[in-house]
Amino acid sequence: MRHVISILMENEAGALSRVAGLFSARGYNIESLTVAPTDDPTLSRMTIVTSGTERIIEQIIKQLNKLVSVAKLTDLTEVPFIEREIMLVKVRAVDAGREELKRLCDIFRGKILDVTDVSYVVELTGDDHKLRAFLDTVGADNVIEVARSGATGIARGDKSLKV
Amino acid sequence: MELSGGEILMESLKEEGVELIFGYPGGAVLHIYDALYQQNSVKHILVRHEQAATHAADGYARATGKPGVVLVTSGPGATNAVTGIATAFMDSIPMVVISGQVQSRFIGSDAFQEVDCVGITRPCVKHNFLVDSLENMADTIKKAFHVATTGRPGPVVIDVPKDFTAPGEKIPFDYPKTVEMRSYSPPTHGHPGQIRKAVDLILSAKQPMIYSGGGVILGNASEQLRAFTRELGYPITQTLMGLGAYPASDKQNIGMLGMHGTYEANIAMHECDVLIAIGARFDDRVTGEVESFCPNAKIIHVDIDPASISKNVTVDVPIVGDVGPVLDAMLEQIKASEKRADPADIATWWSKIKTWQSGDCMKYDLSDTLIKPQAVVESLWRATKGEAYIASDVGQHQMWAAQYYGFDKPNRWINSGGLGTMGFGLPAAMGVALAKPDATVACITGEASIQMCIQELSTCLQYNTPIKIINLNNRYMGMVRQWQEFSYEKRYSHSYMDALPDFVKLAESYGHVGMNIENPSDVDAALDEAFAMKDRLVFMNFVTDQSENVYPMIEAGKGHHEMRLNPARELA
Repeated sequence: MRHVISILMENEAGALSRVAGLFSARGYNIESLTVAPTDDPTLSRMTIVTSGTERIIEQIIKQLNKLVSVAKLTDLTEVPFIEREIMLVKVRAVDAGREELKRLCDIFRGKILDVTDVSYVVELTGDDHKLRAFLDTVGADNVIEVARSGATGIARGDKSLKV
Repeated sequence: MELSGGEILMESLKEEGVELIFGYPGGAVLHIYDALYQQNSVKHILVRHEQAATHAADGYARATGKPGVVLVTSGPGATNAVTGIATAFMDSIPMVVISGQVQSRFIGSDAFQEVDCVGITRPCVKHNFLVDSLENMADTIKKAFHVATTGRPGPVVIDVPKDFTAPGEKIPFDYPKTVEMRSYSPPTHGHPGQIRKAVDLILSAKQPMIYSGGGVILGNASEQLRAFTRELGYPITQTLMGLGAYPASDKQNIGMLGMHGTYEANIAMHECDVLIAIGARFDDRVTGEVESFCPNAKIIHVDIDPASISKNVTVDVPIVGDVGPVLDAMLEQIKASEKRADPADIATWWSKIKTWQSGDCMKYDLSDTLIKPQAVVESLWRATKGEAYIASDVGQHQMWAAQYYGFDKPNRWINSGGLGTMGFGLPAAMGVALAKPDATVACITGEASIQMCIQELSTCLQYNTPIKIINLNNRYMGMVRQWQEFSYEKRYSHSYMDALPDFVKLAESYGHVGMNIENPSDVDAALDEAFAMKDRLVFMNFVTDQSENVYPMIEAGKGHHEMRLNPARELA
């Protein structure tokens, strides 16, 4: 099953490689990994999307917790949560297709950031599902280039991941 | 007090109570070695290879429970140390390794003797640090010792750029009294609810087994384990790493378990209904095929590392905590409880175990002409009255040492269990001898393992470590040969040892005593003669039976109930 794990870790050199190294050394999956400092500049927040059996997910969480740099961690998938990812996609936009793409962007609440005679760059925000739905709808023939940020997430409600 | 980085390093080690460090100088640590030269509280042992520095520090740590400390230079100094760091990591040994690094402004420029030490060691340390300023030096050392010695112990590397140790730059020094790490808080006491559940299960068992591991020794909890086991009267089996925590000679001990454990211990594991795992991690060499591991048992698991729990085997009652306090709490509740296991059930269980024991799975055939390696280990026990510290290398001799040297005390059995590092034995024995100058120390090894760190014979002379080397020389990498005999139709691919040195002359050229023993009838007298030389290192080359195998054995993919016994026993 797919899990979204959020980690607060010391914002120090090498912290990212400790996490990435753990995943490769133990053969765990990483679908995506994002990291950036938080409001507290000494802490980074990392979001990892991974998948595995219950047993593997349990091990991933325990092994992450064991890392001396990791201050706190939560498996967002255990609670109601919001997941967002940003995608920049360059699509072929010619003839009548230009109008159709503009309409699609509106439906998906995307923004066109760049226009040429033959292409658009579209910005889209959403969960993995929505981003893939957009790509499917545009069709592989029309997609020129995709840049995705990887997912980040936060729990719903007033509970927070804080040190 | 204003000090340079090198001086801060030495003062910090002193503050941590470090008496001995093992190391080898080089360019990046010259400032540190200069500071070392100008002080008297920390003694430095100059090894002949950095791998040996880490193994010696490891042996020191295993024998004393204190962290072993290593000092090596950048580049090859650091990479040579990696095998020893990984060895300590796999067996959770507290160790602090200080490695020199090129000047901070040169990091990343492929400078002379530069490697990314933090990167290279990351997967085999509990944690590592790159010192980022002179100001953070003392604090980093404090944290390193804290992390290495608390919770589940392990090696910690501190990589120190050369410029931060320069004698010219001095700052005020005040060693931190406390350490605060918001991201590191190891557990201590177990959860009371879980302990209650465990006690309930323990006291309702019909066929209970206690399975204890290296965590009991690391947690200094042998006394608690003994009190707990004796109060219950249940059988106990110990892992390779746990030997000595419970006395081998006690009647409740039914021997080591696992791949080369006793028949009775492994069968009892297979048949038990409640398994009490204490400071053990369900290693694959212990469980055999996981699918058929303890098929009928409810499993209680006490471990300080949450990640050890339900990693290989799903457990029913996990208790995360330091084994000592958890055993204390369990024993207290057991004593307070009216409930007891049905004595009739326990008596029946013991009578089953006695039946399994009656097969005498450890018996081997003696020979008039060939020295049996098992017999050498038994003679060694007699010659040292079972009181010696035994450091071992890796292979058949390691298993025979574990099987036939009955350890009655903890911290006496020094071996690389997790990583299985050949070359560990000699430097580890050296570290033990330096930690315990009055103790009897022996290194059980083979002609293959010993050659992997043989250069330390020189260090042993320099620091007068009068260890006794028991070289069980069968002219084979015995364990490899044994697997090739069983699984590869005796195609002994590269497992023979040819062109061996004359070990007697070799020992003598290093300034030690060498002995060659070829007849079974000479074994006892030779050992007595060697151990009578209290202040000399004696290299005893025992020419042993080449065909001897380690039995019993659980082969790969088999369960505890499918042991391969000594053919001589099967015929009987």
